[in-house]
Amino acid sequence: MNVLLNPELWSSALTLAIPIAFAALGGVFSERAGVVNIALEGKMLIGAFAAVAFASLFHSAWIGLIAAILAGALTAMLFAWATVYLRADHIIAGLAIDILAAGLTGFLFNSIYGQMGTPSDTPSLPIWHVPLLRDIPVLGPVLGHHEALVYLFFLVLGVSNWVLFRTPIGLRWRAVGEYPRAADAAGVPVLRVKFWAVVAAGAVAGLGGADLSIGILNSFSPGMTTGRGFIALAAVIFGAWRPWGSFLAALLFGFATSLSFQLQGTAAISKNILLMLPYIVTILALTGFVGRTTAPAADGQPYDPER
Amino acid sequence: MSARTIWPGIAIVIAFVVGGILTFAFGNDPITAYRALLSGSFGDVYSIASTLVVTLPLAITGIAVAFSFRSGLFNISAGGQYWLGGIAAAWVGYAVKLPAVLHIPLAMLAAVAAGALWGAVIPGLAKAYRGAHEVITTLMMTYIATDFGHYLLEGGPMQAPGYTPQSPPMQPSAIIATLVPGTQLTWAILLVPVIAVLAWFVLQRTSLGFSLRLAGYNLRAARYAGVNPVAAVLTALAISGGLAGFAGSIQVLGVDRRLFDGFDPSYGYTAIVVALLARNGPFGVLLAAILFGALDTGASQMQIVANVPFNLAGVIQGIIIFFIAAEGLLRYFRRRRSAPAAEPRAAAAE
Amino acid sequence: MREPPPTPAERPHETVLEVHGLTKTFPGVRALDGVDFDLARGEVHAILGENGAGKSTFMNVLYGLLRPDSGDIRLWGQPYAPASPNDAVAAGVGMVHQHFMLIPALTVAENVALGAEPRRRGALDLERVVARLEELSEAFGLEVPPRARVADLSVGMRQRVEILKAFYRDARLLILDEPTALLTPQEVRELFRVIPQFTERGVSVIFISHKLAEVSQIAQRVTVVRRGKSVDTRPTAGATPRELARLMVGRDVDLQIPHPEVEPGAALLEVRGLRAEGLEPLDLEVREGEIVAVAGVEGNGQEPLIGALAGLLPAQGEVVLDGRPIHNLSVRKRVESGLGLIPSDRQDEGLVLPLNVAENLALRQYYRPPFGRGGLLDLGYWLERATAAVERFDVRPPAPRAKASALSGGNQQKVVLAREILGEPKVLIASQPTRGLDIGAAEFVHQQLLELRGHKRGVLLISLDLDEVLGLADRVVVLYRGRAMGELTRAEATREKVGLMMLGHQDAEEAA
Repeated sequence: MNVLLNPELWSSALTLAIPIAFAALGGVFSERAGVVNIALEGKMLIGAFAAVAFASLFHSAWIGLIAAILAGALTAMLFAWATVYLRADHIIAGLAIDILAAGLTGFLFNSIYGQMGTPSDTPSLPIWHVPLLRDIPVLGPVLGHHEALVYLFFLVLGVSNWVLFRTPIGLRWRAVGEYPRAADAAGVPVLRVKFWAVVAAGAVAGLGGADLSIGILNSFSPGMTTGRGFIALAAVIFGAWRPWGSFLAALLFGFATSLSFQLQGTAAISKNILLMLPYIVTILALTGFVGRTTAPAADGQPYDPER
Repeated sequence: MSARTIWPGIAIVIAFVVGGILTFAFGNDPITAYRALLSGSFGDVYSIASTLVVTLPLAITGIAVAFSFRSGLFNISAGGQYWLGGIAAAWVGYAVKLPAVLHIPLAMLAAVAAGALWGAVIPGLAKAYRGAHEVITTLMMTYIATDFGHYLLEGGPMQAPGYTPQSPPMQPSAIIATLVPGTQLTWAILLVPVIAVLAWFVLQRTSLGFSLRLAGYNLRAARYAGVNPVAAVLTALAISGGLAGFAGSIQVLGVDRRLFDGFDPSYGYTAIVVALLARNGPFGVLLAAILFGALDTGASQMQIVANVPFNLAGVIQGIIIFFIAAEGLLRYFRRRRSAPAAEPRAAAAE
Repeated sequence: MREPPPTPAERPHETVLEVHGLTKTFPGVRALDGVDFDLARGEVHAILGENGAGKSTFMNVLYGLLRPDSGDIRLWGQPYAPASPNDAVAAGVGMVHQHFMLIPALTVAENVALGAEPRRRGALDLERVVARLEELSEAFGLEVPPRARVADLSVGMRQRVEILKAFYRDARLLILDEPTALLTPQEVRELFRVIPQFTERGVSVIFISHKLAEVSQIAQRVTVVRRGKSVDTRPTAGATPRELARLMVGRDVDLQIPHPEVEPGAALLEVRGLRAEGLEPLDLEVREGEIVAVAGVEGNGQEPLIGALAGLLPAQGEVVLDGRPIHNLSVRKRVESGLGLIPSDRQDEGLVLPLNVAENLALRQYYRPPFGRGGLLDLGYWLERATAAVERFDVRPPAPRAKASALSGGNQQKVVLAREILGEPKVLIASQPTRGLDIGAAEFVHQQLLELRGHKRGVLLISLDLDEVLGLADRVVVLYRGRAMGELTRAEATREKVGLMMLGHQDAEEAA
């Protein structure tokens, strides 16, 4: 029980949740627009690599961050082109992006940095100590000191929520994911709307990748996302395709991982068993033993405007 | 020959061209690199054998994935079932004492059972009764399988005495005999075409296969045809998982001869590329598995000789599967050529 | 009911739309082959034609979904060639599709705003949409709850939302595509009450239909199209249904289906207290040599009834086939006991489109001799049997290896029919067996059902088409909200009685 009272547990749950939460937010964008985004994993990985590469090149973590956004968006354009305009199977195209991203980042990593790994003087994003917030008892140690992206996340989350539910763009996103033919009949350029929703998803997933490489650490290693993009996809479902819901789901997964770290020294359980927790939670979430929801009606179906 | 038939070939060509450009961009000579790739995979009898060593599990997992595709399911993580098969085979292989004629089949059987259960029980029941999409459940099951394997080997019940995370070695009676001396290629390679034919036969010529295909095409129509959808999902995932588990046993009993921490589940993903490239045809799977076996084997040679990172193989794989997915390109070009004629939009609505 | 054409105060008899010599060819099909049409301000002008006559193509041209090959269109005196629905909307043309273009998960206001969203400081200004909707509802007599989710609305209410969507975009020419197809008779009456309110305000209406009676009721003029040609335009006043039917079909039509006398025998299908979700306890009997029809508006319990009889849905109650209880049997065992089924949706349920004709013909028996033995399939037998079947049932092309997806709707239905009849059922459940078929294919289906009846088999016909029900049935059961409203003999079953029971009137006596 002492473990649960340790602010470190909760603080690191948040830290571990944010990369997943970013990717999950991207997942919400694209699935609301009807594109199942199993490519999140690859976009995170590319974002993580781009962040380190540009941060070390320009000696600026912020430039790295912008590079991650752009790299995620560019990768997403490839994915969106295939899924939206060529009507590729979303899962297969997504898997292609994931495999390609793993190969490409590995290739670039080995070509540019080789055995030595990414430069040790790569800057990372600052840790912000938030005045006032850090002084609140109990919550202060949990919320008061985090890398910048944690706080930026909440900004992005708020904006996303507003866009999705309060603006014309958001209405169109939701419409094309539900019943694209009706949106088409109402004069919405369905394919364009889907395309940009997926690109936005990629940009946000790129941020998630950047958080892994220059938010929490200051280095990249091949395959460092270890399935977080897939877990993010589960968070989208578990979070009922809503921005806040997906964040809370990501938080749950972050908590499961954090708990496994915290218990490592203390408990008699193998760390490997504890590491399974987020994956088990994901399956439970999907089978509806922990809440159950319906997907956007046309999620995963390529739209052919001519039929 | 239609453009669609040769599209996989075009995808391969595009992938190798892009790979070549990438190699060139980083200051290496693509010709040298690809020559090293070729000689590393087919240059002599040893490299051919090494290629086939990788082809073996790839082909079987590829058939496993193709089987699930044909049944309308997306077993995205044959890798997890492969791990479980490896675990089961390893345990039977070192812990049980039997004559070879029984020992190897028993170990394989255990692997098939483990893979089948891992593939079918949780993802299958979750899909059949709770509608959970098998893509994510099987993905999660892969991570769980890997963690479970690490648990067994890192201070767990299967760790051999000492500090290395590995199981005790297989007993000699459980080791599959080598086909080409001095290499890791075993007699098991001869099983691959047999399994391919068998899988094809089951799907095309038996009523079980027909019912699985019906469920794969259209679950509503399958129910109307009297197919029990729950049974169909469970059976298809069990067969697919069983095959992947079988591949794991061949790797442990023939190549690794013990279970290592680094037992590689990534075959599961390559298997998908193999199945898709082959359009789920069993014989295409064999060819595609040889291609990726060669790519994998030759890549290390390429890294040593031409200084090109072996990850290029992953890039090429990714591009191939991307273009397979983007088959819509064909339609796009075709329509561009005959743009004024085709306007089928409302013809069907009449 | 019929009213004289309203005389708009300002420019009387102003022509809104003129169409001359419109043609449109699809690969292999001449969909429009010289259509002439005109529409006056405030007029309701009906377009009458069979399935496939070219009505939808014409509408899609007017709405910018298709471009014509040749022909001249003028709208409000200007040349009109819309390249997209947006162009059509900008020109003041609105369309209500037969299958509503509404998004069930969104609210009425969101649906109306979609594609033409008002903004306030970057945000979507739904309040403005709601206010405008309330104005329009008032003006046109179309009450809708602006903040309700479309998924929670009735079919009639959804149609109003569609119409309001068009008016929200300032439509002055409204195209209604088969607007009564999905409505109950009350909802039809309600629609016909509001349409004159549109025309009073200067809106012109194109009313597409294949139903003779309602055309005469609502329109001032009617244009009949047949095989892509506009064959005649005349005032509805004085046009008899018989004349219109002849124009529509191109020959004298005997709307009467031949119905020879057959002496019914013993009970073949006995249903007692059958219930399921959406179906209240139901009793039913089909005897040898009998066609029993289940009539009703769509969605009143037909699908639960079929599912419960065929074993596709969980259900309680007794189903006895030829003396043997089958209600606890699986789908497969019921087929083996002699229960055939032509499902409502041939493309998604009756056939597996990527499979070929021979495979589809084996769909429900593939696992047992002579189709297969010991778990192995005898594909040679499948082909042999399919070759004979396509011949006998006149499937075109007569190719057993042709994919089901490559066949026309009529030929697809013949494959389903062939499979079920060759399965030698004691009782055949035929659900909407002629939906969407042209008259020739429909006649073929009817002949086959009558032939089964002649061979002392039983047929349970489930149909939304009242003409089909009255033409074929020996007895009629009417379903309303999952409940049987009563049963009528062939002699008792008049259009009026059945129609009233479809509205929920308890039995024939009360109805009469």
